[in-house]
Amino acid sequence: MAIKVRIPAVIARGKVGSDTVELAAGDLKELLNGLEVLYPGVKKSICDDSGKLNRFVNVYVNDEDIRFLGGDQYRFQDGDEVLLIPSIAGG
Amino acid sequence: MSYVKGLRCRECGKAYAVAPRVVCDCLAPLEVVYDVEGWKKTLTRQKIESRAPNMWRYREMFPLDGEPVCSRWVGFTPLVEAPRLAEALGARKLWIKNDAVNSPTLSFKDRVVAVAINKAIEFGFKTVACASTGNLANSVAAHAAAAGLDAYVFIPEDLEEAKILGSAVYGAKLIKIRGNYDQVNRLCSQIANDYGWGFVNVNLRAFYGEGSKSLAYEVAEQLGWRLPPAIVVPMAGGSLITRVGKAFQEFIEIGLVQPAPFKLIGAQATGCSPITSAVKRGTPEYEPQKPSTIARSLAIGNPADGYYAARSIMTSGGAGEDVTDDEIVDGMKLLAETEGIFGETAAGVTIAVTRKLLQHGKISRDDETVLCVTGNGLKTLDALEGKLDLGVSIRPRIEEFEALVARAEQPAAANVG
Repeated sequence: MAIKVRIPAVIARGKVGSDTVELAAGDLKELLNGLEVLYPGVKKSICDDSGKLNRFVNVYVNDEDIRFLGGDQYRFQDGDEVLLIPSIAGG
Repeated sequence: MSYVKGLRCRECGKAYAVAPRVVCDCLAPLEVVYDVEGWKKTLTRQKIESRAPNMWRYREMFPLDGEPVCSRWVGFTPLVEAPRLAEALGARKLWIKNDAVNSPTLSFKDRVVAVAINKAIEFGFKTVACASTGNLANSVAAHAAAAGLDAYVFIPEDLEEAKILGSAVYGAKLIKIRGNYDQVNRLCSQIANDYGWGFVNVNLRAFYGEGSKSLAYEVAEQLGWRLPPAIVVPMAGGSLITRVGKAFQEFIEIGLVQPAPFKLIGAQATGCSPITSAVKRGTPEYEPQKPSTIARSLAIGNPADGYYAARSIMTSGGAGEDVTDDEIVDGMKLLAETEGIFGETAAGVTIAVTRKLLQHGKISRDDETVLCVTGNGLKTLDALEGKLDLGVSIRPRIEEFEALVARAEQPAAANVG
């Protein structure tokens, strides 16, 4: 599945603002593996030892929190736009 | 002089210099590290008591480099004993920490914004911004105006009118998002670093959140330098209750109060209760929700500090509880009718949760309990639409008034007879 992934600046490193990459990934696990290829070391930073994304990172698929879509179990559709962003305090 | 040593990741512990920053490289939030020994040497009850009655009497405990240059008259709101409310709820002693009269914008958010605006000025920002459910927008708009900074406030489009007008009046630029707060927040976290703005709750959040501690410092001082056995705090993003716990610990650590157990009680609306649901399940890992409640200021379905809030509650031996919209309105009315304090919907949540937990025995009737009223009822009038007795109209004639009084007295007269 070809999906568009927008990642936080701290992952893109050195670039201004968020960055967008295109990836082939069927689910969240494959997405994280794909990101690791592009940004070596990123999984160590944003995932726990079992490879699960840290709880303070939110994932949105076409504007919807992936947790409302089945989380790890969600299968990406062709053309899905995915956002990876840190959880930010309230107000 | 500053008592800040630097920033540190709350998860991996990585250290950073003091600078505007959204998150750690691991995407976890950052916290301020203080020189606690320095606090111990310099801070005494006497020194604090000699200062003006505002939150800056604890100025060393906030993350500024210098003295505050604006937003000086914030905080030190009344802590009032609430005997009539206590009687109505069957508690021995209750106190209200009344931030409905905080200055200048009538909510506890003035505390966090006072720190954020001063920090924004120290960092050299000319523009400040925020993502808000309303109260924060009002506060950022007002403090920015007074400091001569430009302000952009990002709010859900369908916010209460009072909160929209109450931001626009200060000349802030409003960006109304067609979506809920969580969506507003998401947008802000994506753009926070792109425009050279100080986003108070995004790239200034590590500093901003610290302002909340002032509420708890004041409660401890106003109780005569002691901690309350229990304190009920409404929860949205979960930052306030976490900071209340932190502030009490800091006071213990530097010896300003005697160590004593305190229970943190978290209050939410049933229509948006990710944190209290987690506490009830016995875990700090919360599940996000899609908010649907009249308590708009608490309508954060994906609370960034939810994990820390739930953990603080559980470690303190406290509890979390949520209440329905009807219970919230009843809570607002009860507070107003017993203590003459008109709190916003979030205050209704606090009162109703206190009532429920007293009934369930999770708050002891004998425990002196502080209830945090964090916002003003005049900002959430919509919630009371159709819920109050608004009286009757008569012509300005004595006989019409006498007829009215006679009607009102009839049942009483019947009783006497």
